[in-house]
Amino acid sequence: MVTAAQPAQTTPAAGADPGAVKLAVKDLTIRYGKSVALSNVSLEIREHEIFGIIGPANAGKTSFLKSINRMDMFNSNMHVEGEILFNDRDVRHLKNVYALRSRIGVVFPLPVGLPMTIYDNVALAPRLSGLNNKAELDVIVERCLTRAALWDEVKDRLSSLGSLLSGGQQQRLTIARALSQEPEVLMLDEFSIAVDPVTTMRIEDVLKELKHEMTIILVTNLVQQARRLASRTAFFLNGECVEIGNTEDLFTGEVKDTRTRDYVEGRFG
Amino acid sequence: MFEASELNLKNQRVQKLYRLLFLMMTMLLIIPVLLILGTLVIKGGPVLSIDFLFTSPTDGMTAGGLFPALLGTIWLVAVALLVSVPLGIAAAIYLSEYAGDNWFTRIINLAIINLAGVPSIVHALFGVGAFVLYFGFGTSIIAASLTLAIMTLPVVIVATRESLQAVPYAFREACWNMGATRWQAIHRVVLPNAISGILTGVILEVSRTSGETAPIMFTGAVFFTPFLPQGIFDQTMAMSLHLFVVSTQVPNVPENLPYGVALVLIGMVLLMNSISIAFRTYLRGKKKW
Repeated sequence: MVTAAQPAQTTPAAGADPGAVKLAVKDLTIRYGKSVALSNVSLEIREHEIFGIIGPANAGKTSFLKSINRMDMFNSNMHVEGEILFNDRDVRHLKNVYALRSRIGVVFPLPVGLPMTIYDNVALAPRLSGLNNKAELDVIVERCLTRAALWDEVKDRLSSLGSLLSGGQQQRLTIARALSQEPEVLMLDEFSIAVDPVTTMRIEDVLKELKHEMTIILVTNLVQQARRLASRTAFFLNGECVEIGNTEDLFTGEVKDTRTRDYVEGRFG
Repeated sequence: MFEASELNLKNQRVQKLYRLLFLMMTMLLIIPVLLILGTLVIKGGPVLSIDFLFTSPTDGMTAGGLFPALLGTIWLVAVALLVSVPLGIAAAIYLSEYAGDNWFTRIINLAIINLAGVPSIVHALFGVGAFVLYFGFGTSIIAASLTLAIMTLPVVIVATRESLQAVPYAFREACWNMGATRWQAIHRVVLPNAISGILTGVILEVSRTSGETAPIMFTGAVFFTPFLPQGIFDQTMAMSLHLFVVSTQVPNVPENLPYGVALVLIGMVLLMNSISIAFRTYLRGKKKW
């Protein structure tokens, strides 16, 4: 793509008409004990966008995701300060964190196929929320597996173990499971680490479709993946949010901080 | 190119020597087991019969069978399990799945380790003080079983906790991320995958409990009683104590009788152990991740 400057001009135009703010983070600081994992991050994620977060290891990307769905609850060492507004509600002071988490689908770096059948994997979230009607579950399972581009491969063996699928299939199963929650936000944490390139491209196509239905936060250490998918991207480095901008700007050098350009161009990473 | 050098040859000789040494040590270990089993089978085998298993001792315990003791041991073990298994599993679930790492849980863990190290005779005296006297159960199955239960609790807790922790943490996180509560994650994913290990631990527990003598001899098991236990407040005979009695306390017992009792006791333990091993092998064959 030689004409990289052109999309750079079109995206600000799209930015002029931003969707509603889905998630607003203000002065977010995350500590593990005394060490700071993320400091003073403020950003907004809009409805129906794919928001990319790039950065090297230890940048605080995963901690950022964990703070959004309140997974800090399970780690007494993790301390979160600041404001996180989900649909304008502050999640830091939310009593019913379970309802929050069920609205946010999460996909991990390493695929987690639960040791139950493929069907049960996808039916788990609906069942957790009290749905037990077999016919309705059947519909959900088929729809989610189809949307995750896995249905054709597993439709004849829905009763075999999800944890024994191949890595790429398990990752799509994880996505199907996340979709079965009917999430408003889908958070993917370096989903392609343990996935072959062909599957990665299939999942990326899936994500492009899904963004019409939900907001997607894509944490990735592959800058090109962010470029392919994200409309806006934040660059995290050592616990600091160095840059937030339209993705194309980051790649065309229209950056405020030279470290962003250095990282995107691969001078460190 | 592949000719052995002096050093190669020396290394290989040393390696063979060590292999032989370790093999011999292993053989040494097996010898006592074989001797014990062999003696028991040769000397105790002849007295074994259906009658021996299902009749009471007669002629001042110098003849007859061991049925009251066999039945008593089953009572003692069953009641002990009814107490220690739910209690132990619940405690292990709390410690493994709910409790954070703080001074409170550390003290509990320390207490469990110490409980496992208390000699059985001390448990016996505790049982006398607490259950026989303080709670007023008298010498009874319930007092003896509670003593056994307390003694075996650490084993149940440790076995359960290890099986729970063998279930990858990522499974729990996946559930929590979907909006599952801790309990939903435990009962949908963690327990179904830990249950085989827990059951194996429980079965091993049975075999250990059935052989204990000290904790029951002051709390519920008696030298001889002409009656079979009718409920948990009765006294009972028990295999382990019966073996002790016919070996050392009763004059003129035919030589083969104690061996027969020991053979039945060890047979019971081996049976439980093989069930446990078979069960574990079966479940391991159905590996899930």
